[in-house]
Amino acid sequence: MATIDQPRSETAGKQYKVLGTRPIRHDGADKVTGRAIYTNDMQLTGMLHGRILRSPHAHARIKSIDTSAAEALPGVLAVCTGADFPDVKDKIAELGEGAVNLAHLSANVMAHDKVLYKGHAVAAVAAKSPHIAEEALKLIRVEYEVLPHVLWVLDAMKDDAPLLHDNVYTEELGGKQSDKPSNIAKHLHFEQGNVEEGFAQADIVIEREFKTATVHQGYIEPHVSVALWNQDNRLTIWTATQGSFTARQQTAEVLQIPVSNVTVVPCEIGGGFGGKISIYLEPVAAILSRKSGRPVKIVMSRAEVFEGTGPTPATFIRVKLGATRDGKLVAAQAYLAYEAGGFPGGVIGPGCMCVFSCYDIPNAVVDGYDVCVNKPKTQAYRAPGATQAAFACETVIDEIAEKLGIDPIEFRLKNAAKEGTRRVDGPVYPRVGFIETLEAARNSDHYQSELTGPYRGRGVASGFWFNVGLKSAASASVNPDGTVTLVEGSTDIGGTRTTVAMQLAETLGIAAEDVIPRVEDTDGVGYTDVTGGSRVTYATGLAAYHCGLDIIAQMKERAAILWDCEPDQVEFADGTFTGPGQSATFKELARRLLETGGGIVGRASVDGGGATNGFGTHIVDVEVDPETGKVTILRYTAVQDAGKAVHPSYVEGQMQGGAVQGIGWALNEEYYYDADGRMRNASMLDYRMPTAYDLPNIETIIVEVPNPKHPYGVRGVGETPIVPPPAAIANAIYRAVGVRMRELPMQPHKVWKAINSQE
Amino acid sequence: MGKRIHVTTTINGEPVEFLCEARQSLLEVLRDVLRLTGTKEGCNNGNCGACTVLLNGLPVDSCLVLAVEAEGATIETVEGIACGGHLHPLQQCFLEGAALQCGICTPGFLVAAKALLDKNPNPSERDIRFELAGNICRCTGYDKIVRAVQDAAQRMAASR
Repeated sequence: MATIDQPRSETAGKQYKVLGTRPIRHDGADKVTGRAIYTNDMQLTGMLHGRILRSPHAHARIKSIDTSAAEALPGVLAVCTGADFPDVKDKIAELGEGAVNLAHLSANVMAHDKVLYKGHAVAAVAAKSPHIAEEALKLIRVEYEVLPHVLWVLDAMKDDAPLLHDNVYTEELGGKQSDKPSNIAKHLHFEQGNVEEGFAQADIVIEREFKTATVHQGYIEPHVSVALWNQDNRLTIWTATQGSFTARQQTAEVLQIPVSNVTVVPCEIGGGFGGKISIYLEPVAAILSRKSGRPVKIVMSRAEVFEGTGPTPATFIRVKLGATRDGKLVAAQAYLAYEAGGFPGGVIGPGCMCVFSCYDIPNAVVDGYDVCVNKPKTQAYRAPGATQAAFACETVIDEIAEKLGIDPIEFRLKNAAKEGTRRVDGPVYPRVGFIETLEAARNSDHYQSELTGPYRGRGVASGFWFNVGLKSAASASVNPDGTVTLVEGSTDIGGTRTTVAMQLAETLGIAAEDVIPRVEDTDGVGYTDVTGGSRVTYATGLAAYHCGLDIIAQMKERAAILWDCEPDQVEFADGTFTGPGQSATFKELARRLLETGGGIVGRASVDGGGATNGFGTHIVDVEVDPETGKVTILRYTAVQDAGKAVHPSYVEGQMQGGAVQGIGWALNEEYYYDADGRMRNASMLDYRMPTAYDLPNIETIIVEVPNPKHPYGVRGVGETPIVPPPAAIANAIYRAVGVRMRELPMQPHKVWKAINSQE
Repeated sequence: MGKRIHVTTTINGEPVEFLCEARQSLLEVLRDVLRLTGTKEGCNNGNCGACTVLLNGLPVDSCLVLAVEAEGATIETVEGIACGGHLHPLQQCFLEGAALQCGICTPGFLVAAKALLDKNPNPSERDIRFELAGNICRCTGYDKIVRAVQDAAQRMAASR
């Protein structure tokens, strides 16, 4: 593990007291003793247990639903179907990492007239025990008219494909719509320069096609919600969500009730990775609670998580790159077709923005398609859309470098995006650290080491993701003992209580342990966007920083009262207030606040100010078993620009965790469908995620090129690490056995077939 | 609802009696009847290890054990790992080594790792990776978990 400081801006070289240290996380003791309260740990008096009946068909019209037998079962207190949901009009709501049409959201939460995928919710029951609820589901009679279905993006784009929605038309750039309904909900188009002229300048042009499978985020905690619709019409929801405010907004819109009637309590959350932004259970539990007059808890089974929530899409991608003999990229073209799932609005947008985002290419054109298929509505998964795009682009990059006889890292260095590079979708980069991650990768012990032995190969790939910024609020109150209680609204999925608290501590010149962070519900803190988009340490950290400045300004006024001087005569540095002939540490002054006018509360509500950028480069050594095609990871190194690593252990943890999710995506994970559109591997045994035994340690190198948009130079780090692994592994397989893998996942049988069809 | 069955066990060193239905799993009884919610449900079919407890000293997925099978058994859960006011070295090393992110798999890992160290006080990295392969973590990539278990083993050896 190494951290490489790159002092290139005014924030570089700053000596920090708290940032860069590794304190124990504030919620740690609760989480290692089993005391932390996750949503499923909630027990309310009189609580009922809900279960959801789901469609067995991939595509069907609901002709009738008879719930009378279920309602008559002793112990059942409420049953609901789509008929209990209000009509919701088309309206787009921004959810932080993606947007949603609320009419589609409502129909996804509970089917109204059609089911669009196997696992689509059609009815729900609340009963005195989960077992009774389960029995009641079997008594619900649903009559379906089964319709033809379509499961693969390219099939769904054909003119004669079964149509999922008769009111979805292809939206072109500029808002133009197709004449007739289509499964293609959107066509995106970006370009810069002149791509024909660019390819004409190229000495080498390579065009390849890629396919990737549907994969799931795979968080270990299933979706779970508890709702209490009180007799005063106030609704309280305890739920596993990445964003309590967006969950509140979505729930209120789907139920057509005022947002202020809903309180969302974010309990501890057992992983999300983008999959716990959309709501699923919240309004269903709410309606069952309203009907029964009791609190209702619904926990999804693991099969429901796979089949009834949002995986990230299968894709078809074609990438064409042109370069000059000396290794300069001159033109690029990409065609990306991403499955949206049962409803429009997949992750095609960021896929298009990210496909060439690592490179400075003067001429480029990108076309992207958002396509409905009879699979669950897709959702974000850690750098949504970018991993598939990078698999395609980074594999072609590797092939060009190899054909030109240039080292793959040197080739990337020749073409790396830097300050001033215009991304194909428009934005021009500020100071970014891509070159530094490449240099660190090239100079690493791993890359400098020799890899020997048959069937072994080393691969490299890079990746990019945004930091979305967005909105965060926080408040902080100074306690008489000099500690500070910090109230924030960002669900803590991976240690952000601590990384946010550390920034407040740094600002105030106190220890990380002297900040007590609390994640509050939607009535306890100001509006805060989702925990997603690599934004919390960046943007909620920014809010904490401004809370600190607010506290310092107020404390200067108090010091002025005590010292009988003007506030502007009081200075603050290194945790100490200094006035004319007087000084007091933060703690000393904190003790005297009550005698100078009362307690002090600092507050801030920030808009993170738009996207900045995170880059990473990964190196992997693999060994391929030629008899079976099985790929073993021998060594893995992830390099990333963290801007400023606030808590290096948790930065490393993000890099390691993202890399391993990417390894799973590369080698094992996929939704396996039968001809009827039913997922056949909806369990954690058959949908095989990496275990400890499948992996080596994941080495990390943190590069620090300070982010000019953050006072401490922080960049988000959570998502970029999942982007490079599939391409890095594919490139390593090529170096090991000479075959180019262009389809994910690269399971043994595919690698074996590729090796054997080559000979 | 069937007739409830009376079960006598020892949980975390204390005698515990409970009533359960024949169809209830040990996981369900621990969490919903005894309110020992530290043991987590991840998949409810024995594939993720989040519900790992020790049954007569051996790690089991409590979702795959019927509660009635616990008659006369000794059960250890995550709530029983800490000793009095002190964290177990495994818990301490998980915290110091940042071996948890979301924390939902952590109780299962701690219990499985304790079973490993009870049996093999000086495990190799390979031993740890093999013994913990029944526990899935989706956040950490396992690196820091493996290192935390190694650190705890060393710390425990040093204090013996």
